[in-house]
Amino acid sequence: MTTNKTHKNVPDFRLSPTVDKVGVEERVARFQTRSIKNEAKMQGLKMVLNMIDLTTLEGKDTPGKVRQLCYKGQHLHDLHPGLPTVAAICVYPSMVAEAKKAVGDSGVKIASVSTAFPSGQAPMSIKITDTLYAVEHGADEIDMVISRGKFLAGDYNFVFDEIAAIKEACGKARLKVILETGELASLDQVRRASDIAMYAGADFIKTSTGKIQPAATMQVTYTMLCAIKDFYRTTGVKVGMKPAGGISNSKLALHNLVMVKETLGNDWLNNNWFRFGASSLANDVLMQIMKQETGHYQSADYFSID
Amino acid sequence: MERLEILKTYKIYIGGQFPRTESGRYYTPFDKKGQPLANVCLSSRKDLRNAVVAARKAFGSWSERSAFNRSQICYRIAEMLEGRRDQFIAELVKQGSTTTKAAQEVNLAIDRIVYYAGWCDKFTQVFSAVNPVASSHFNFSTYEPTGVVGILAPQDSSLIGLVSVIMPVIAGGNTCVVLASEQLPLCAVTFAEVLNSSDLPGGVVNILTGKETELVDQFGSHMDINAVIYAGGNTDHATALEAGAVVNVKRIVVYTHNFADATQENPYFITDVQELKTTWHPIEHVGGATSSY
Repeated sequence: MTTNKTHKNVPDFRLSPTVDKVGVEERVARFQTRSIKNEAKMQGLKMVLNMIDLTTLEGKDTPGKVRQLCYKGQHLHDLHPGLPTVAAICVYPSMVAEAKKAVGDSGVKIASVSTAFPSGQAPMSIKITDTLYAVEHGADEIDMVISRGKFLAGDYNFVFDEIAAIKEACGKARLKVILETGELASLDQVRRASDIAMYAGADFIKTSTGKIQPAATMQVTYTMLCAIKDFYRTTGVKVGMKPAGGISNSKLALHNLVMVKETLGNDWLNNNWFRFGASSLANDVLMQIMKQETGHYQSADYFSID
Repeated sequence: MERLEILKTYKIYIGGQFPRTESGRYYTPFDKKGQPLANVCLSSRKDLRNAVVAARKAFGSWSERSAFNRSQICYRIAEMLEGRRDQFIAELVKQGSTTTKAAQEVNLAIDRIVYYAGWCDKFTQVFSAVNPVASSHFNFSTYEPTGVVGILAPQDSSLIGLVSVIMPVIAGGNTCVVLASEQLPLCAVTFAEVLNSSDLPGGVVNILTGKETELVDQFGSHMDINAVIYAGGNTDHATALEAGAVVNVKRIVVYTHNFADATQENPYFITDVQELKTTWHPIEHVGGATSSY
C-alpha cells in the first residue's frame, strides 16, 4: 500500500480544472441506472459493510457507547455467520483509547477526527496537539478538517501548510482530509480543495463532517474521484476516497461503488482506498443481505440499535 | 365543439404522496358490462416495501398523539368525505352500483368514520382493567397499538369495505398499508385524496392497488408488518398469510363480515389489532385494608 507525502512540486491551485456541473449531473445519473442483482448485489453489499467507518461523533458519546459501537463493528449480525467486520470505528480523540482497547487485534482500525472537528476554528498549535493526542492513544487514521474560512478567502497556502503540518504530526497514521463540501459552494471549489489536500499529503480525501447539509452527494463524490484520478495520472500516487454523511441506504452505497469502479477501477474497490463514513448505513445493508438470504423483507426490530 | 373529458390517473398513496407504482405496470378493471373502468397501478413488492417503510416512520408520532387528537383527525376525514359525496356516488355508480345504493354506501361510510372517531379516546377506558392480585401490587392492563398493520380490503366493495377495515386500525393508533379491491379499486384512490386533504399525517394510511395473488405472500412474511387483517374472502390466501406469519409471529385477523350492513361496527374491530399490556406496579401494602388491589 503506497502512502502519500507532502509534494514539493505543486501546481498553481488557482488553475485547478473547472468542473462541468451539468456534465457531472448527467454522468452521475447514469451510475444510478446500473442493474445489480442477486450474486453481484450480495457481493456488493458485503463489500459495502467492509468499507464502512462506523461513526459516532456526538457530544453525548460515552465510553459505553463507544464500546458498544466497537462490538457492533466486529459482530455486525451474528445470526448470519461469515459477514465481514467494518473497516474502522470513527470517534473523537477523547474516545480513541477506549475504542482501541475494545477492538483489540480484530483488524478493525480506529479513526479519530481531529483539528478541532467539526469547525476547525482553532489555533494551529491546538490542532497539532489534538492530532498528536489521538495518535499517541492509538489512532490508526486521522480525519482532519480543513480551514474552510481560509480556503474561501483564497488563502490556499495556509490550507496547504496546515494539512502538511498535520500530516507530519500523524506519523504512521493515515490522514483523511475532510473538505466539508457543503460549505464550499461549488464543484469548482471542491475540485480545488481536493487538489490542495492531495498535494499536501492526504492519504484520503473525505467529503464531509456529517454536521453540515448537503453532505456526500454523488456529484461531489464524483468530482473528488475525478481529482483523485488526475492526481494518480500526474504523480503515480494513489489517494483514497471517503464519502461521509447522508449515505444511509444500500442502494445509494451500491451506486457509489459503481461510480468508483467506473471512474477509478477495481484497484480502488477495497477498504484501503474507499470508505463510507456512516452511522446508520450498516443496518440497512444488513437488512438487505438478510432479505436476499431469506426472501422476507426485514424489520429494524431484529437488528442492533445504531 | 364538444369538450374533451379529462380523465383521472389513478395512482397509489404512500407516505402522503401519490406516486405511480415503481414497477411501471398497470391493469384495467372492468365494470359488469365489460367496459374498462380505468388504468390502475399494478403495485409490486417494492411498492409494498416502500409503503411499510412509510407506515413505520409514521407510527411513532401517530401512536403517541393524544387519543383525543386522533379522534379529531378521524372526524375531519368524515368532514372531507361528506364534501365529496357526489364524486364518490358517481364513482360507485361507474363501478356498477345503483344511485340509491351508492348514496346509502357513502352515507354509511361517513357515519362509520364518525363512529370510530368517537371510539378513539374511549375504548381504552372500556376495555382496560385494574386487576385483583394477591400481593402488594397495583396491577393494570391496558391496550396499546400493535404497530404497522397490513390490510387486504374486501374484494366485493369499493368504499364501505375499505373504510370499515381502515378506520378501527388507525383509531387505535396503528398505521397501515392497505391493498384495495382488485376489481373495484377506484374509490380507494379517491379515498386516499380525502385522507390527504384531511389532517391525517402522511404514512398513517398507505393505499396500494393491485392483485392479492401477487402480494399476499409478502404481506404475510414481511418482518416489519406486525399484524394483517384479511377481508378478501379467499381461504387459500388466508392460509398463505398464516403460513408467512410464522417468521415474525404476526397476528392474522380474518374478517368475513358484510360491512355494507349498518350493524357491522363495534369497538372489537379496534381491539383486534391492539396488544393488551399488563403492568405490575409495587405499592405499599395497605395493612390488610379491605382493598382488592
